[in-house]
Amino acid sequence: MTLRPFEEVVNEHGPMVTRVCRALLPASEVDDAWSETFLAALRAYPRLRPNSNVAGWLATIAHRKAIDILRDRRPAASEVPDLPVVDPDLADLALGPALAELPEKQRAAVVYRDVAALLSCTEAAARRSAADGVAKLRRLHKEGVF
Amino acid sequence: MVLDSLHARLVAEAEREGLLDVAYRTVDSPFGPLLVAATPRGLVRIAFEVEDHDVVLSGLAGALSPRVLRAPAQLDDIARQLDEYFGGQRRTFDVSVDLQLARGFRRAVLDRLRAIPYGSTQSYAAVAAAAGNARAVRAAASACSHNPVPIVVPCHRVVRSDGTIGQYLAGPAAKQLLLSMESA
Repeated sequence: MTLRPFEEVVNEHGPMVTRVCRALLPASEVDDAWSETFLAALRAYPRLRPNSNVAGWLATIAHRKAIDILRDRRPAASEVPDLPVVDPDLADLALGPALAELPEKQRAAVVYRDVAALLSCTEAAARRSAADGVAKLRRLHKEGVF
Repeated sequence: MVLDSLHARLVAEAEREGLLDVAYRTVDSPFGPLLVAATPRGLVRIAFEVEDHDVVLSGLAGALSPRVLRAPAQLDDIARQLDEYFGGQRRTFDVSVDLQLARGFRRAVLDRLRAIPYGSTQSYAAVAAAAGNARAVRAAASACSHNPVPIVVPCHRVVRSDGTIGQYLAGPAAKQLLLSMESA
């Protein structure tokens, strides 16, 4: 079994990567994140095991790229207190495929931890914020706002 | 589908970073769309429609590199040259060819073919001899039928010693069409 041409991966998963980038970033950053995601994926692609979960792998890379972009746009380090920054080991793309191999629950937990770090709050607070956000979305949806 | 502008940007950045291992596009021809693929070393594959372009691309991903991207702009030059050739306005191709998909005697045969001038033909026997083994006529014919870069490496100019046209991957009619066009 060999890897498919990367073009097929772009066409099949491009829209999903757009959705991930849109979910995490302001519109002005989405194209950059999309391009960086696929360029990084292209670089690592020959080393991907042929039976890997490509969608999960790409989503993980997109998530990392989005965090990188958000982190770059943060105020200078001197202006903010010491924060639990994203684990630099996990920021390494080489771990992307490894992350994709984690069981879904563990992967979600790792992503949660990253989000918590990004928002400079605890994981519990991130979970609460996510729950509040979902509740608000439901309410808005019911009210027909979108 | 992915936005053309984003796709083009990805391809351009891949090329700049040396990650565009196999670039491809399609080019119209008198016998349907041709798949044209190139590595950084040159034109590596031209495939007829009957070969099934998706199958060919999967084969390239396995044989060369899975870093395969549709890159029309990067192959503009060869596309234009093929257009001119099919329009009767070009006799030779000014393009580097990467014959890494052919090995051994087959490679030796293909190396000889580009020396056969536009509008002329040579027999399989003559080509076998030129490639270094006059008795390997069948092997020479096999090399022609497995030519990874037909048209540009002109295997259509190799015919049987008795003057009949012989086989062609896209069918004898396509071969006849090319030879008629070149002799016009």
